[in-house]
Amino acid sequence: MADYSWPAPGTHQTLGRRLSRLDGPVKATGAAKYSYDKALPGMLHGKMLTCPHAHARIVALDVSGARSMPGVRAVRVIQDVGSEIQWAHDEIVAVAAVSEDIARDALRAVRVEYEVLEHYVIEEDPNGTFEKKEPQERSQGDPDAGFASATTVVERELAIPQIAHMCLEAHGQVAEWQGDEVTVWASTQGVSTLPQQFVDGGLETKAANVRIRCDYMGGGFGAKFSPDRWGIVGAQLAKDAGAPVKMFLDRDQEVAVAGSRPSTFAKIRAGATADGKLVAWESETWGSGGRPGTGAVPVPYVFNVPNQRKKHTSVPTHLQSSRAWRAPNHPQACFLTMATLDDVAAELAMDPLDFVLANLELTGRFEATYREQLEIAAERTGWRERWRPRTEFDDGPLQRGLGLSLHTWGGRGHQSRCDVAVNPDGSVEARIGTQDLGTGTRTVIAMVLAETFGLEIDQVTVRMGDSRFPQSGPSGGSSTVGGVTGSTRRAAMDALREVFTRVAPMLEAEPETLVARGGRIEVDGDSTRSMTWQEAASRIGAVAVTVGGRNPGRGKLNDSGVGGVQIADVTVDIETGVTRVNKLLAIQDCGLVVNEKLAESQIYSGLIMGVGYALFEELIADPHSGRLLNADMEFYRLAGIGDVGTLEAVLMQGPEHQERGVIGLGEPPVISPGAALSNAVANAIGHRVPRLPMTPERVLETLMAAEAAEALEEKA
Amino acid sequence: MGTASESSSDSGDVTVVGPHDRAEVELSVNGVRRLAEVEPRVTLLDLLRDHLDVTGPKKVCDRGTCGACTVLENGRLVYACSRLAVEAGGAEITTVEGLGTPDSMHPLQAAFVEHDAQQCGFCTPGFVMALSHLLEKQPNPDDDEIDRALSGNLCRCGTYQGLRDVAHSGVKVVSTGQASGDGIGGRRG
Repeated sequence: MADYSWPAPGTHQTLGRRLSRLDGPVKATGAAKYSYDKALPGMLHGKMLTCPHAHARIVALDVSGARSMPGVRAVRVIQDVGSEIQWAHDEIVAVAAVSEDIARDALRAVRVEYEVLEHYVIEEDPNGTFEKKEPQERSQGDPDAGFASATTVVERELAIPQIAHMCLEAHGQVAEWQGDEVTVWASTQGVSTLPQQFVDGGLETKAANVRIRCDYMGGGFGAKFSPDRWGIVGAQLAKDAGAPVKMFLDRDQEVAVAGSRPSTFAKIRAGATADGKLVAWESETWGSGGRPGTGAVPVPYVFNVPNQRKKHTSVPTHLQSSRAWRAPNHPQACFLTMATLDDVAAELAMDPLDFVLANLELTGRFEATYREQLEIAAERTGWRERWRPRTEFDDGPLQRGLGLSLHTWGGRGHQSRCDVAVNPDGSVEARIGTQDLGTGTRTVIAMVLAETFGLEIDQVTVRMGDSRFPQSGPSGGSSTVGGVTGSTRRAAMDALREVFTRVAPMLEAEPETLVARGGRIEVDGDSTRSMTWQEAASRIGAVAVTVGGRNPGRGKLNDSGVGGVQIADVTVDIETGVTRVNKLLAIQDCGLVVNEKLAESQIYSGLIMGVGYALFEELIADPHSGRLLNADMEFYRLAGIGDVGTLEAVLMQGPEHQERGVIGLGEPPVISPGAALSNAVANAIGHRVPRLPMTPERVLETLMAAEAAEALEEKA
Repeated sequence: MGTASESSSDSGDVTVVGPHDRAEVELSVNGVRRLAEVEPRVTLLDLLRDHLDVTGPKKVCDRGTCGACTVLENGRLVYACSRLAVEAGGAEITTVEGLGTPDSMHPLQAAFVEHDAQQCGFCTPGFVMALSHLLEKQPNPDDDEIDRALSGNLCRCGTYQGLRDVAHSGVKVVSTGQASGDGIGGRRG
């Protein structure tokens, strides 16, 4: 029976190398065509009218002014009279017109009347919610006994708000019908899964008649798994109008309805004994992911404190329903936990590194990984030489600090199918219905082909981004690299075996003794019996050898479960409250590294998004109007190049990691930066800024509150 | 299609056009003379993308707050979303496509590829233009100069490390803003 494996460590030809991503040239020259760039003859522009109120009922709706406007070709009512709107910017009417400007004119001609209802958008006070949910309670061990045995107990209130995905390419698509079949150029994370979702969403056609195309897409981060209502209506408008329709969200819509990460507010107690051992954890949390509220995040994170009591309440708000945001729930849990543990260490006057090491057995499966990663991280940052307790300060307003965090993730390869074809002229091609979000998927598939067939990367072709190709899973959970490399490797190995079978007689060898290396097929260990790849391929016959491969399947090609350690080095100006990131260091394992350069980019990506939510990003809802105050890119601040400091990425490599096979990397690096930066700021200024993002205002508030508390103490 | 009516003032070359009339716009894009008729409210970005099929510059915020639409107008860095097409009449516009093609990249673009300064790539055209402008004036920028020059461009995926490496790579950029009828592609650095 066929078995599948990666080449032994030390024998790789292509895997692990620092190859440039294959789609770099088309992206750097502007030649890459995204769905947003798609233009078709006679294409119409779709735009949607949205509700300005966070909570309202539609009492009157008249679209005749839009329908009759010259240049308008189709109008659809999305939510009709009687509908209850439950977040601002929710879609009411869609129009398709010959230009975007006329589409907007048409929306202005729609008459809509709302009965404005009471809204609730500030979940910080959970009691104001319109829909009380039962709290979920979980406990283990004996928390009361645990706290009783603790010599040090820390109590904290911490908060991490709702944030946005802020993909640069907005959500949207171009849809074109040909008879009963529709092609949708979508900005999506799920090329193979979208067709059925269109049907489920109400598009009147068969899934087999829906073709999705996505060659390049401008960011997803977990927000683009669905056609969404605008995708369905965009396709419907195209059918109504008998012309292609381009429907993309405007930026304010993109921020308000197309992706958010839930908040968590927490009251936490943590107890430790004098030797630094964690013995008890108690937390009361609540949070919101908009209309459905949100579930509990996994606290205490990574450290399985023996005695725990947790109570969580989901709080619905009149805001968009949240979506999976890179490493869902982990950044929040990591911040709440690592900040608390860092505060416990400070109470004990312990170096947080020592505190973490003292409790490392509570991390279970990854204890040895963390130990190794902590050692590397400490050495690279000079932690032992440079760390000072919170009670020590620099002269002047600039205060330096170091902070530490640990994280974990899964990352198992998802279900994937791939067809690999070897043509008689030696050209090799993979066809796979997957998508490249900017993660390098296209490149890693090509590298697996090159590795397997012993070819250079420019000798292989990857065809993807089309739902007509063999189905692959959506890109989420860091599951793509394991999935697509698994299916491609299996298909390629089987295709290679077929080539071996055909050429073995000519080399007077058994097929199992042949290897593909350096553009040749040869008997392993006897290079006198060999031929070029082209010669071998020419023996295939008249038609290509095409083999399908799947993941999961036989042989261990991928795995799940990684650790990760990060250290942040900051300077805080205690006069202005501004935090400058000096350096962020990430130590990350991910099994077999397929492409070192692209893997490092994934790590930098996580670190930079982390700086964003640690220092700048929050969705700010106005309690009076119920609308977002910063549904834009001016007041919703992404980190800029000057904000991120020096970034250093260290990938754990070596045989013991390679032997695990491929593990996903997209999400782990974004989990720890918030915690590491919060801890670094606390180390710098001597106090915990309890809420992310740590804006200058919040840093100064923290300092002033601490000063006031100290003054009160002195008086007492 | 409406007609332009002349102003009744004495300013001679001012043409007043109603909001739904079309104005003629003639400009040079990447060294090629282009003509279009657009309403005055059409931005330079929409002219490029929707009327001239030059889709390198991207529409992201449409408000001058992210830099994804950065182009050169007569050698000056501008946000195409914040210029009206009619204002750009007679100008020489250079977009990312004007520097090179995938098979014949400008050395700056090759440096982007080498240092992995693009991930999803949506912000990349804007950054290419901003960096070309910096490196033309300052071939050996320090980190502060790089941060300042690129402070008008945002990236969500996180390519800043790669962009810094490109800026420090010593790649030479010469006269990217001076397209002079060389056809699409303009000058090579």
